[in-house]
Amino acid sequence: MSEEQDIKKIMHVMRRAPHGSIYTYEGLEMILIMAAYEQDLSVAFIGDGIYALKKDQDTAGIGIKGFSKTFMALDGYDVEKLYVDRQSLEERGLTEDDLVVDVEVMDASEIGRLMNEQDVVIHH
Amino acid sequence: MLHTINKSPFENNTFTTCVRFLQPGDPVLFIEDGVYAVQAGNRFGALIQSVLKKNNPVYALKPDLDARGISAIAEGVKTVDYAGFVDLVEEHQVSSWL
Repeated sequence: MSEEQDIKKIMHVMRRAPHGSIYTYEGLEMILIMAAYEQDLSVAFIGDGIYALKKDQDTAGIGIKGFSKTFMALDGYDVEKLYVDRQSLEERGLTEDDLVVDVEVMDASEIGRLMNEQDVVIHH
Repeated sequence: MLHTINKSPFENNTFTTCVRFLQPGDPVLFIEDGVYAVQAGNRFGALIQSVLKKNNPVYALKPDLDARGISAIAEGVKTVDYAGFVDLVEEHQVSSWL
C-alpha cells in the first residue's frame, strides 16, 4: 500500500463549550496528534463548540491555562479546514469577527455533506 | 452515514442538532438514553415524522427500549437488536453524536 492510500479523511466535530468539560481540550489534542500523522483533517464547530474559538478568553481567573491560542496554531500543522455552522454562530449573537481564527461559515446541509465524504467522523 | 444518538432528547439537544446535518437517506439509530426520543406520544414525535418523511430511516435499539420499559414507539420507527446494530454499522460510516 502506498503512503497516499494511508491518508484518511477525518472530521472532528467540536460540540461543547471549552471550559465546562474536558471534551474540547481532549479533542484538540487528538487533532494535533493526527496532524502529526499527516491525515486529511477538518474541524467542524457546531453548537457550543463555537465558544472554543471566541476571542478574548482570559482563563487566569479560573486557574487553567486556556487553549484558544492552540486553535490559532492549527494552521501551522496544516489543519486549515475549519468549518463553523452558521445557525450556531447566529444563535449565539456572534460573527466571524468574534473568532480567533479564519473559518468557513457554512449551512448545516453543507457541513452534513462534508461529513458524508469522510472516512471517519469524531464528535467531541 | 449512520448517525447514532445516545442522549435523552429531553436533557440534551443532540437529536435536534443532528437532524439539521442529516443528508438524504442517512439512517438515525437511537441507543442508550437516546431511545426516549421514540416513545409514542412524546413531544419529539413530529420531529421523528419529519425525519422519516425525508426518507431517513429511524431505528431504536430494542434492548435499550426494553430496559427502559418503552414498548409503544412512534410510527415508522424500526427496532433493531445487537445483530441489526452491527449490520447498520457494517453498511455505513458512523457519526456517533456523543
